[in-house]
Amino acid sequence: MIRTIIINVLRFIVLVFIQVFLLKNITLYNLSTPYLYILFILLLPFETPNILLFPLAFLMGLTIDAFYDTPGLHAAACVILALVRVMFINITVQKEGFDNEPEPTLSIMGFRWFFTYILVLTLFHHFFLFNLEVFNLSDIQFTLSRIVLSTLFTVFLILISGLLFYRRKERK
Amino acid sequence: MRNLLIFITKYNAFFLFLIFEISSIIIYVKYNAFQKASVINSSNEVTGRLYTQINGLYDYLSLKEVNDSLARENARLRNQQKSSFYIDTIARHKINDTVFKTQYEYIDAKVINNSTNHSYNYITINRGSKDGIAVGMGVISGAGIVGKVINVTEHLANVQSLLNKDTRFSVMLATNREIGYIRWGDDLNPTKGMLMDVTNNAQPKLGEMVVTSGYSLFPQGIPVGRITNLHPKGGGISLNMEVTFSVDFTKLQYVDVVDYKFAKEQEGLEALQKKDD
Repeated sequence: MIRTIIINVLRFIVLVFIQVFLLKNITLYNLSTPYLYILFILLLPFETPNILLFPLAFLMGLTIDAFYDTPGLHAAACVILALVRVMFINITVQKEGFDNEPEPTLSIMGFRWFFTYILVLTLFHHFFLFNLEVFNLSDIQFTLSRIVLSTLFTVFLILISGLLFYRRKERK
Repeated sequence: MRNLLIFITKYNAFFLFLIFEISSIIIYVKYNAFQKASVINSSNEVTGRLYTQINGLYDYLSLKEVNDSLARENARLRNQQKSSFYIDTIARHKINDTVFKTQYEYIDAKVINNSTNHSYNYITINRGSKDGIAVGMGVISGAGIVGKVINVTEHLANVQSLLNKDTRFSVMLATNREIGYIRWGDDLNPTKGMLMDVTNNAQPKLGEMVVTSGYSLFPQGIPVGRITNLHPKGGGISLNMEVTFSVDFTKLQYVDVVDYKFAKEQEGLEALQKKDD
C-alpha cells in the first residue's frame, strides 16, 4: 500500500519534470506535440476509488497548467480522461482476477489490452485538449490532424516507457 | 432522500466528473476573460523560480548563438558611433538642449520561459515592476518586435508573444508607409505572420521590409519582417500578405522592454476623444 503511494508520488514528480522541461520544447512540424504526463493517470492502480481518482487527475492537470500558463485547460482534459478510464476499465476488466497485481501496466495486462487502453484514452484526452485550446470549429481539419499525430507521438512514448519498465516487473 | 443518496453513490464517477469538469472549465473561461489576473501562471513564485533555475542550465547550451548575436549587435552599434562617420561640417557649439526630451527608454531583460508551439504563446522575462516594467509596454529584441507586457510581478513579467492569436500590432510597409496590422498566421508556424488590411493602392513588393508604424507601443521603424508571399489564401476587400518574422522566436534569449514615456498622456487624450463621440 505504502509502496504504491510512494511509487505514484515519484511517478507524478518525474512525469511533470519530463513534460515541462523536456517535452514542452518538442514539436514536430508544428503538428505533433507529446503529452506524456497522462501516463500518471493511466497507470494508477485499478482499485483507486473514484473519489481519489478525479482529484488526482484534476491536480495533475492543474500542475501542468501552472507551467503551460493555461489554467483549467489540461485540468479539464485530465478529468475527462479519468471518466473515460473508469468506463473503459468497467467494460473490459473483470476485477476479481487481479487481487495482488492491481496496476494497468504493460507487463501485467499484456500488449493487446494495454495498447487499446492507451490508444483510446490518449485519443480522448488529446481530442478534448486540442479542441478546448483552439475553441473554434473553423479549422477542424487542421486540429484533427494535430490530434491524430500528437496521439501517435504520445502513444509511442508511452509504449517505450512501458517496455523500459517491462523486465523489472517480470523479474520480481 | 435515501434513494437520491443511493443514486448518487451508484453513479459517483459521473458526479465527481461533473464537479471537477465544471470547476476546470470555469477556471479556464474565467482566466481567458481576465487576462492573466489569476495566480496560476509562470510568473508566480514557485514555477517562476524553477524556470529561472532550469534556464540557467539552458544558457550554457546556447552560449555560442548568444555570442554571435552580441558580436553582430556590437558591430551594428559601432557603425552608429560618431567616430565611424566622416564629418563634413564644422563642429557647432554645444548647447544644453532642452527641446528634446526622452520619449522612449529601453530596459534590457532576459527570457526565462518561452513557448512557440501553442495557439496562445507567452514569454516570461526576468524584469518586473521593481525595474520599471508596467503592463502594456512593448517588447523588442535586437532583430525586431517580440510582443507586449500583459502581467507584472515584483521581479518577473509575462509577455504576450507575437505568436499569439490575440496579438495585433500596427505596422507599415517600409518604402511607401502604407499602414496595416500584423498578426500571427493560421498554421501555428513560428516564423510566419500575416500583414492585414493594407489599402489596395499600395504596391507591395516581394522581400520588402515591414516595420512598426509608431502608432502603437513601439518607436517607428522597428523591423517586423519581410514580405514572402503576396497572395495568401482568403483575401478580402483589402490586401493581405504573408510576412516572415525577422525575430527567430524559437531562439529568443535577450529582449528590450520599451518604456514609451508619453503612453499615459496619449491614452488619456484618446479616452477624452471617445467620451465626446
